[in-house]
Amino acid sequence: MVKKTKSLNLNFGPQHPAAHGVLRLILQLDGEVVEKADPHIGLLHRGTEKLIEQKTYTQALPYFDRLDYVAPMNQEHAFALAAEKLLKIEVPIRAKYIRVIFCEIGRILSHILNVTTQALDVGALTPSLWGFEERETLMTFYERASGSRLHANYFRTGGVHQDIPLKLVEDIEKFCRSFPKIIDDLESLLTDNRIFKQRNVEIGLVTKQEALDHSFSGVMLRGSGVPWDLRRSQPYEIYKDLDFKIPVGKNGDCYDRYLCRIEEMRESVKIILQCIANLPKGPIKSIDGKISPPNRDDLKQSMEALIHHFKLFTEGYRVPKGDVYTAVEAPKGEFGVYLISDGSNKPYRCKIRAPGFSHLQAMDYLIRGHMLADVPAVLGSLDIVFGEVDR
Amino acid sequence: MLENLLKLEKLVNSEMSSKIKFSTIENMELLIEIDENNLIEVIQFLKSNNKCKFRQLIDIAGVDYLGEEKRFKLVYLLLSHEHNHRIKVSLSIGLNQVINSITKIFPSANWMEREVFDMYGIKFKNHPDLRRILTDYGFKGHPLRKDFPLTGFNEVRYSEKEKKVIYEPVKLEQNYRNFDFESPWEGTNYLKKIEGLKEDGKKN
Repeated sequence: MVKKTKSLNLNFGPQHPAAHGVLRLILQLDGEVVEKADPHIGLLHRGTEKLIEQKTYTQALPYFDRLDYVAPMNQEHAFALAAEKLLKIEVPIRAKYIRVIFCEIGRILSHILNVTTQALDVGALTPSLWGFEERETLMTFYERASGSRLHANYFRTGGVHQDIPLKLVEDIEKFCRSFPKIIDDLESLLTDNRIFKQRNVEIGLVTKQEALDHSFSGVMLRGSGVPWDLRRSQPYEIYKDLDFKIPVGKNGDCYDRYLCRIEEMRESVKIILQCIANLPKGPIKSIDGKISPPNRDDLKQSMEALIHHFKLFTEGYRVPKGDVYTAVEAPKGEFGVYLISDGSNKPYRCKIRAPGFSHLQAMDYLIRGHMLADVPAVLGSLDIVFGEVDR
Repeated sequence: MLENLLKLEKLVNSEMSSKIKFSTIENMELLIEIDENNLIEVIQFLKSNNKCKFRQLIDIAGVDYLGEEKRFKLVYLLLSHEHNHRIKVSLSIGLNQVINSITKIFPSANWMEREVFDMYGIKFKNHPDLRRILTDYGFKGHPLRKDFPLTGFNEVRYSEKEKKVIYEPVKLEQNYRNFDFESPWEGTNYLKKIEGLKEDGKKN
């Protein structure tokens, strides 16, 4: 006698701890094998793009912190670059160095979170306890530069908001000297761990061609063996003067992506050390009074500075007509901003290209035929943060 | 870099001369404008031609130019890893016009087109699964259209009485204040409006 089987529909999320936020994944299961996955997103949709259309360029910037909230400054960077490209202004060299230092700190922040939570999803608790201690240190660096641990609002069109204190540079350097040891410790827990390997090797395989077709970027693309990093291929700021390697995976599975992230953290440390060694002195934002606000001293003495200050914080600056697309290599992949200006003080349209959006889209194709227990492992290695997916 | 872009512009123009309405290089970015009927051919060409090889679709952006005859604009952003190029392909369409889906060429266009549909109400022909994506289940309207109010139409709250989440029309305790700082010397429209209201004897 043949028994009729029926497939089972399972709701994964939106309040599942391994869903990395508010993902509702509707899984169609045949026994323990996933036949189909339908991700429902948008539970964290805040209408960022609509809000940005109503705000001046300065006011629009903080919204970018709230997209990928584990590496806030990398997002700000994309928007600042887009506005600068339209305004055709040059950023002072010191500001470029400071920006790169904080972008790489953001990359380490994001990768620690991802590597350790991925380990947590497959059953290892200790890495997250060790990793979060380091994240805390890094966030105090954010705080000492910008005043807030998470939503920094530190990058501005034309530079950064304030200069960093001398002691902070020393402390970041000290951290960079000690951090590689922590990465070694994390690796000793995971890289050769039998359980971790059983859960990740050959899981969520992506071939080169499929990675391109599904618009993958960042580690998802490099894990599959495509040597593509915007910091190298379309360098912005001072990346072309820096010496760093781009780790590329071979098999395109979850384990390779984990290894890429670990190596990228080491490279980030190297980049930060180089920046600190060569950190030049000088202004930290554009000296054009029409774009960046005057400092406090001038405000007391100079009428012109006072007028500039007033105009900047009421009307804001006007950006010439045109449209640009700028992209940065955020920790999760290519984060882009497509900005259209109509010549007024507010963006006419600001389309945000979030890497997580196209990664999550491929979930159905990645998970088909895998076991239910592999869903968290694959989801973990996609590095999804809902702030940016839902916008 | 600029030389390469010029070369690419020349190539695209010569190979697809009948299909390209206009091309320009601004801010070191190449933009081509096409007719909506030629979308599939142009994208297919850009993807497969050996000198273009735009094998990755980065994003699809919708733009609303309220008041123009062809109201919406779609911008396709493409990237070529081999040649390290980017290109923007734009086309204009009117309200209620249906556009061809490019999901057959780029599978990743699926969600991007769904997002454009959700935000602007532009429909795509031959799309496998054209549902809303970012907004709520049962949402009405298309939020990124310029005539959609920032505050929206409905708000959500948990009703203690009905013991469930309910939808109500938006009621603002305070008027929505749209400060117009374009000309700070002349004051804002907002203040003038309030004076008008007082004359009618109404409260805000």
